[in-house]
Amino acid sequence: MPAFLRHPAFRNPSVLIGGGILLALFIVTVCAPILSSLDPSAIAPRLRLRAPSEQYLMGTDALGRDVWTRAIYGGRISLLVAACVSVIAVSLGLVIGLVAGYIRWLDGPVMRAMDGLMAIPGILLAIALVSLSGANLTTVIVAITIPEIPRVARLVRGVVLSIREEPYVEAAIGLGTPTRKILVSHVLPNTVAPLIVQGTYICASAILIEAILSFLGAGLSSEIPTWGNIIAEGRAVFQRAPWIILFPGGLLAVTILAVNILGDGLRDTLDPRMKKRLGA
Amino acid sequence: MLRLILSRLVAAIPVMGVVAIFVFLMLRLSPGDPAAILAGDQATAEVIAAIRADLGLDRPIPEQFVTWMGQILQGDLGRSVLSKQPVAMMIGQRVEPTLSLALMTLLFAVVVAVPLGVIAAWKQGSWLDRGIMALSVAGFSIPVFVLAYILIYFFSMKLDWLPVQGFTPISEGLLPFLHNIALPTLALSFIYIALFARITRAAMLEVLGEDYIRTAYAKGLKERVVLTRHALRNAAVPIVSVIGIGFALLIGGVVITETVFNIPGIGRLVVDAVLARDYPIIQGVILLFSGVYVLINLAIDVAYVLLDPRIRY
Repeated sequence: MPAFLRHPAFRNPSVLIGGGILLALFIVTVCAPILSSLDPSAIAPRLRLRAPSEQYLMGTDALGRDVWTRAIYGGRISLLVAACVSVIAVSLGLVIGLVAGYIRWLDGPVMRAMDGLMAIPGILLAIALVSLSGANLTTVIVAITIPEIPRVARLVRGVVLSIREEPYVEAAIGLGTPTRKILVSHVLPNTVAPLIVQGTYICASAILIEAILSFLGAGLSSEIPTWGNIIAEGRAVFQRAPWIILFPGGLLAVTILAVNILGDGLRDTLDPRMKKRLGA
Repeated sequence: MLRLILSRLVAAIPVMGVVAIFVFLMLRLSPGDPAAILAGDQATAEVIAAIRADLGLDRPIPEQFVTWMGQILQGDLGRSVLSKQPVAMMIGQRVEPTLSLALMTLLFAVVVAVPLGVIAAWKQGSWLDRGIMALSVAGFSIPVFVLAYILIYFFSMKLDWLPVQGFTPISEGLLPFLHNIALPTLALSFIYIALFARITRAAMLEVLGEDYIRTAYAKGLKERVVLTRHALRNAAVPIVSVIGIGFALLIGGVVITETVFNIPGIGRLVVDAVLARDYPIIQGVILLFSGVYVLINLAIDVAYVLLDPRIRY
């Protein structure tokens, strides 16, 4: 057993449940072509609006496409967007936070810029960015990432400011250690735990905002099956075929729930100070 | 008090300045010709040229910014590409449904969530506490549009109690207003109930460990009095601060809820504007919502001092 698997985080029930659901979802979306022999975009007018049955697990939509097949292919987009957004937002936020926390004269201007960015409602900012640059996978990811950066930067800056008061950092400064080395070997390790936790919550928020963008018609083209697109297409026939919305919606909710549970578990095991503050 | 409000107002100016710079640069730095974006998809070359000259888009960026900022400060948010009406007026006509939905949601959420949080803290570790907290995690995870359709499915389609969509102004009577707004309010407030209940519980737990709570019990005060008058009052500050955080969530939620329930509010306006690529409206709504966000946070800073005289700035 590799050493990192012995970490208490892997014995936390929340981490195991949330992580387990996500792992299952990941396997299902990767194996989508095996789990369903149907084409997610294949239109079959004669099979339209079929209720869920053994043959069509989640029924069919207004164009006769299999909702289950579309949903598992849609899961790919959600997971991909979540992974990209959290990695990019955490990396950029980390750099900005380190710079703001360590270079005194930059702190004021950088953090004011972050405050301003935070004042703009994230969903509106994402909608505006996508509508200005045209929707494709890259612009959607960038548009969801930008509103997430200030929160990461704030978090990292807070860690840096508290760490630089620690005696061991003062000692390192006193010994003439170069700034770059202090950042890498003393400050950076202290940001890892809160960033893993924050990164997990960003995944949840990215999945949600991607679905919202698609649902509002501002996200990926409706030809691509995403959970938001499937739900948006189900709106017109909701009274006759509620399964088109309820099944992908349920998947979306369960996925976000799993990510949040995983985040709570990671927070409790990796970052106990946070736990106390939130009283959770 | 006045000095506090003034100093907070002054501190809000740079934040709004940064917001304005972002909104300004967003259009200018986006790929493509800003004049073409502002003119809309079907514009002719002459229209685009006219807009370019009108907005001074051929001038240096800093000069453009000063002109643009001057117009914004005078309340001129430009004109819609499609309807040619002033954006400020179009937003003004849509304020009532959005404000009604936002206030009803906040009110309903606070009324439900604070008692839930107090009960959870009071019975900490019990099944009741765990149930409330599990519900809170779930409430945090169900997207508002999914919840909205689940509620429509039960309350409108199965039970036929509440209308599926639309908005009735309060001037047409309180009951029709409530009847129409109940479902959107219910859908939107779920996440706030989750958030507020969680924070109320955390704040209450912290306060319940204090010495003066033990003293209050020792004096023989009734549990209800200790919980409400001693504990809840002291726990109020973090609860109020979360209402500010919640407001950012509320704006996103309003946009979606108005789309699901076909409510003719500002959220609906901005979604329609996105679909039509009507950029002046998007820009105006972003500026408005960011301004409201900053003002609410300012009001919360002031509320801190009113709620807790120990806090000084």
